[in-house]
Amino acid sequence: MARSGQPISEAAPLSGRLPTFLGNPGPSAFHRLNPLTKLVLATVTAVAAVVLGGIVGPAVLLLIAVAIPAAGAGVLGRLLRTSLLLSLPIAISALLVNLFFFPGGRDVLFQIGPITATREGLVFALEILARILAISGGITLFYLTTSPQALVTDLERRGVSPRLAFVASASVQTVPAMVERASTIVAAQRARGLDTEGGVVRRLRGLVPIVAPVIMGSIAEVEERSMALEARGFTRPGRRTLLWAPADTPVQRLARWLLIFCLAGLIVARSAGVLGPLP
Amino acid sequence: MLRLESVSYRYAGAERASLRDIDLRLEYGEVLGVVGASEAGKTTLCLVASGLAPRAIRGTLTGRLLIDGIDVAGQRMHELTALVGVCFQDPATQLSGVNATVFEEVAFGPMNLGLPVEEVVERTTDSLAALRIGHLSERDPARLSGGQMQLVAIGGLLAMRPAHLVLDEPTAQLDPAGTSLVADALARLASGGSSILIAEQKTDLLARICDRVVALDHGGLRLSGQSRAVLADPSLQALGVEEPSIVRLRRLASEAGEDPARLEEEAP
Ligand SMILES: Nc1ncnc2c1ncn2[C@@H]1O[C@H](COP(=O)(O)OP(=O)(O)O)[C@@H](O)[C@H]1O
Ligand SMILES: [Mg+2]
Repeated sequence: MARSGQPISEAAPLSGRLPTFLGNPGPSAFHRLNPLTKLVLATVTAVAAVVLGGIVGPAVLLLIAVAIPAAGAGVLGRLLRTSLLLSLPIAISALLVNLFFFPGGRDVLFQIGPITATREGLVFALEILARILAISGGITLFYLTTSPQALVTDLERRGVSPRLAFVASASVQTVPAMVERASTIVAAQRARGLDTEGGVVRRLRGLVPIVAPVIMGSIAEVEERSMALEARGFTRPGRRTLLWAPADTPVQRLARWLLIFCLAGLIVARSAGVLGPLP
Repeated sequence: MLRLESVSYRYAGAERASLRDIDLRLEYGEVLGVVGASEAGKTTLCLVASGLAPRAIRGTLTGRLLIDGIDVAGQRMHELTALVGVCFQDPATQLSGVNATVFEEVAFGPMNLGLPVEEVVERTTDSLAALRIGHLSERDPARLSGGQMQLVAIGGLLAMRPAHLVLDEPTAQLDPAGTSLVADALARLASGGSSILIAEQKTDLLARICDRVVALDHGGLRLSGQSRAVLADPSLQALGVEEPSIVRLRRLASEAGEDPARLEEEAP
C-alpha cells in the first residue's frame, strides 16, 4: 500500500517542499515507466520465450518487447553490446555442441574430418540462441532503464521489507567494487612478481593470493558497511519515511496484469496441447 | 555527557582485551582527542563509545557506558542514534550506496527513523548548511572526492541530531586537500559547541580543535589532560604518536638555542 493510504498511482514526489531534483524520472517515456512494470515486462518476455520455443516466437518477442522499446528509450546500442556480451559464451558453446553433436541429426551440412555438422543441430542451436537473446535482452533492457534506487523505493512503497530490498540492491552494486579491488590487487601482486600469465596451472596457483584478499576485503567491508547502516538507524523496526516514489498509473497496473494473464494463458494453452509448437 | 566507566572490551575470539579499564568522559560542548599508535585501540574505543560494540560487532564489554548519567546497556542501536553518532575512516563504506543524490544520502538516517517528511527535509538542509556542502545536494555521492564523501558521511550523521559525535580518524584516507576540507568543517562544528570525541593520528588537527586529549597504548589510557599539555608531552613519541608541528618547531627552536616564545608570536 502507499504511504498514509494514498493511492499508489499518485505521482511523485510526495511533498511540495521537497527539492525538485529528487527522483529524476529518466530521459525517455520507457525510463519513466514504473520499475515494477519494466520488471514484469522483462520477466514475462523471458518466460514466454522459453514457453513458446522455436525461433519465430522468441524472435517476435525480441522485436516487440525488447528492440522497439530499447530504440524508443535510446539505449539500443548499449543494449546490443551488453546483452551480446552476456549471452555470447553460452551462445557459442550451444552452437558448437549442437551443430556437430546433435543426436539423431541426419541432414548433413558439411564435414570436418571425423565430425559432421547437421541441419537439425543448426536449427536446434538457433532455437536456443533465440531464447537466450530474448532472456538476456529483456533483463538488460530493465537494467539499463531502471535505477536501483527507483526499484528499491517502489518495492518498499509496496510493502517489501526495506532491509530486503536494500540488501539485494547493495549486493548487486558491490560487484563492480569487487572487480575494481581485484584488479588493484592483481596489479599490486604482479608488481611484486606474482605470475598471473602463463600456463593454466600456474595461473590457477597465481589466483590464490588474489582471491583471498578480495574475499577478506569484502568481508571486512561488509562488516564496516553494516555497522555504518546500524549507526544510521537502519535496523529500527517499522516503516521508514520515503521522500518520493516512482510514479505509477492505473493503465500500467492494468498492463501488468494483462501481461501476467497472457503469460498464464500461454502456459495453459501449451501444456493442454491447444497451441502446437511454432517453427 | 558521555562517560566510560572502567570499560574493558574483548573481541569475540580474541585472546586479549583490546581496551583495558578505560575511564573517560566527554562533556557537552567539549572536543576530546584520542591519540595512539595503530592497534592501540582507538577504533575499539570509538566502537564502544558509540554503542556499536558489542551491538553490531561481537565481543565482551565490562564496565559501563553512561550517557547523561544513564547506563545504556539495555538500549538497541537505533535507540542510541539520537544520543551518539559515529563516523569511520573509510568514506566509501559509510555511504549507503543506494542513494542517487547527496541530499538523499544525508536524509537517509532521518528517513530510517521514520520522521515526517518536513522534518527529514529540514534536518537534511540544516546539516548540509552546517558543513557548507549544500552545493553538492544534487550530486551522485559515489562520484565525489574522498574529502567531499567524508563530509557527506558526517552530514548524514549530523542529520540524526546526535547529542555526541564520535569520529574515528575521519581524515585518515584523505589527501591533504580533503583533510583540510574536513578539518575546517570539524573546527566549525567544534567552535559551534558540538560534543566530539575524535580519534586521529594527525595531531595538528587535534591541536587545532581539541580541549582535552588522551593517549592510548595497548588498550590502556596513558596520558590524559589539557590538549596543549598532552600534545607537548615528551613521552608522546614513545607511544608512537607524532608531535604536532608547532610542538616540533618549539622543540627544535629551543634545541638550537632560540627562544621558543618568539615562535609563539607568529603561530596561528
Ligand atoms: N574485529 C576484531 N577482532 C579481534 N581483534 C580486533 C578486531 N578489531 C581490532 N582488533 C584488535 O584490537 C586491537 C586494537 O585495534 P584498534 O582498535 O583497531 O586499534 P587502532 O584503531 O588504534 O589502530 C588490535 O590489537 C587489533 O588487532
Ligand atoms: Mg583504527
